[in-house]
Amino acid sequence: MTATTAASGAPLIEARDLTKYFGSVVALHDVSLSVRAGEVLCLLGDNGAGKSTLIKILSGVHPPDSGEILVDGEPVVFGSPRDALQRGIATVYQDLAMIPLMSISRNFFLGAEPVSGFGPLKTLDIKQADRVTRTALKQMGIDLRDTSQPVGTLSGGERQSVAIARAIHFGAKVVILDEPTSALGVKEAAVVLRFIGQAREQGIGVILITHNINHAFPIGDRFTILDRGTCTGTFDKADLTTTQLLEHMGGGAELAEIEHELEKPIPVA
Amino acid sequence: MTTAERRADERVRKVGLASLLLTRPEIGAVVGAVLVFVIFAVWAGGNGFLSLAGTASYLEVAAQVGIVASAVALLMIAGEFDLSVGSVVGAAGMVVAICIGIIGLPVWLSVILAFAFALVIGFVNGYLVVKTRLPSFIVTLGMLFILRGLTIGITRAVTGRTQVGGLAATTDGDPIATIFTANIGPFSISILWWIGLALLATFVLLRTSFGNWIFGVGGSAIAARNVGVPVNRVKIILFMATAASAALLAVIQVLDVGSGDVLRGSDKEFEAIITAVIGGTLLTGGYGSAIGAVFGALTLGMTKQGIVFAGIPGDWYQAFLGVLLLAAVIVNNYIRQRATMTRH
Repeated sequence: MTATTAASGAPLIEARDLTKYFGSVVALHDVSLSVRAGEVLCLLGDNGAGKSTLIKILSGVHPPDSGEILVDGEPVVFGSPRDALQRGIATVYQDLAMIPLMSISRNFFLGAEPVSGFGPLKTLDIKQADRVTRTALKQMGIDLRDTSQPVGTLSGGERQSVAIARAIHFGAKVVILDEPTSALGVKEAAVVLRFIGQAREQGIGVILITHNINHAFPIGDRFTILDRGTCTGTFDKADLTTTQLLEHMGGGAELAEIEHELEKPIPVA
Repeated sequence: MTTAERRADERVRKVGLASLLLTRPEIGAVVGAVLVFVIFAVWAGGNGFLSLAGTASYLEVAAQVGIVASAVALLMIAGEFDLSVGSVVGAAGMVVAICIGIIGLPVWLSVILAFAFALVIGFVNGYLVVKTRLPSFIVTLGMLFILRGLTIGITRAVTGRTQVGGLAATTDGDPIATIFTANIGPFSISILWWIGLALLATFVLLRTSFGNWIFGVGGSAIAARNVGVPVNRVKIILFMATAASAALLAVIQVLDVGSGDVLRGSDKEFEAIITAVIGGTLLTGGYGSAIGAVFGALTLGMTKQGIVFAGIPGDWYQAFLGVLLLAAVIVNNYIRQRATMTRH
């Protein structure tokens, strides 16, 4: 796959009619989506809509019961997250992206450590790891003072950004982000969203899972909406407003009602 | 949002040497070892604690637990326990004793068989933990009793006794036995094995990819697996390492004393865990040090022998050990909090 111009060309990854059952529960029913290079696809849906199941299938954790996944137009079967990773599909999980007690550079290179020397004398090149980590993060706009400090000392937004930068550094063409902003404050969420924009400019295809429209709308190019295990539509940003998006998600009516109620003084019981 | 403000503060904050040291896992163990040394130097210094012979005696005791504790520390950093090491010491020791004393095999072959036996036990431990996803505490607790029971039962069935002695005739002057039993001046060669293994464990932990995986697996097995770390392989290898270290201790003991006893190694599993914890290894995994375990073993050795030199009955040793353990855990918790300072 050669680098393509922003949001163009064939899809990097495409899911066709994915269905997944857990016992008698239909978690997903005939869900399709695709993402191209330099594009942010937002996967929206309320809790229980099937977002997590869908990304677990795309990242190789669960096999689908039917349907197929195509990477660069080629049908693939992922036996494990490692298979997906080798195909350039990396997933960054909300809480499970980084190991707090390990240093930033050790985290960055976990599973792909730089070594020097030969045979049994191969040693971990910590200096190299520190150097590469710092430059890789700097390229992505994260300036860290000390990459040997534990990841636990970073803020939530920085942690997510480092995890995304790591995925890209190790050759991910598609980055799947599972609720990267849900546990973050407003400013921290902005840090992550800006960072997702950087990734897009580098030609990465991003699948952003969220239920927060205020986070999804500014950064998303297209929006795929899941509702109770089925796909209720995919929309281009040009074709809709946040209000419409909210309505498609099925929460619009309730939120409008609440908004209306809250404008009135709250009655004292 | 105060998060952003606080971050701006912390980025410019200067970190003093003291607070930097307080982020190292082994600092508590170093301070503890010095403290225990000073206490017994004052208390029992006149009774020979500070003499060459006294030093040699507590170093040998430290070596006995330290040999096992290095591997146990790595396993605990990877987030697992091995309670079966004490029973492996007994069982592997019996393998050596029976092979030499009853079957009449050469020393080198008996030693190899003991290690092979231990590696199989370690593999079974690791495989069961990984496949059943049961806590390793339970799996290896089962193994502790199974192995001890089998060792006693089989030894009595084969020999009619619970001890196999008279190995000295074969082992005296045997070059292989010398590697495990020689003395350098007043010092036992087991001290060299202990320091050598601790250095090896430290090297593996800090300077190899495998060491990075150990931290990752213990810190968050799921996160490690997500980035492609072979979590199960790491765990199984570490269970095999703890069993092998127990076999090394068994070989040293049996060849040194010239006899095997089915009860040998009892309580070693707890001493090894205490040693690792004193050394700064977290019970929950993801954090710790093999060098810390050296100081932990030193603390244990000095306490065990220091009590004797001070003229206190050895009965009191376990009470001291318990106090040391609790103090270490409290200090370690504080250090870990300093190391991360999570902001949630």
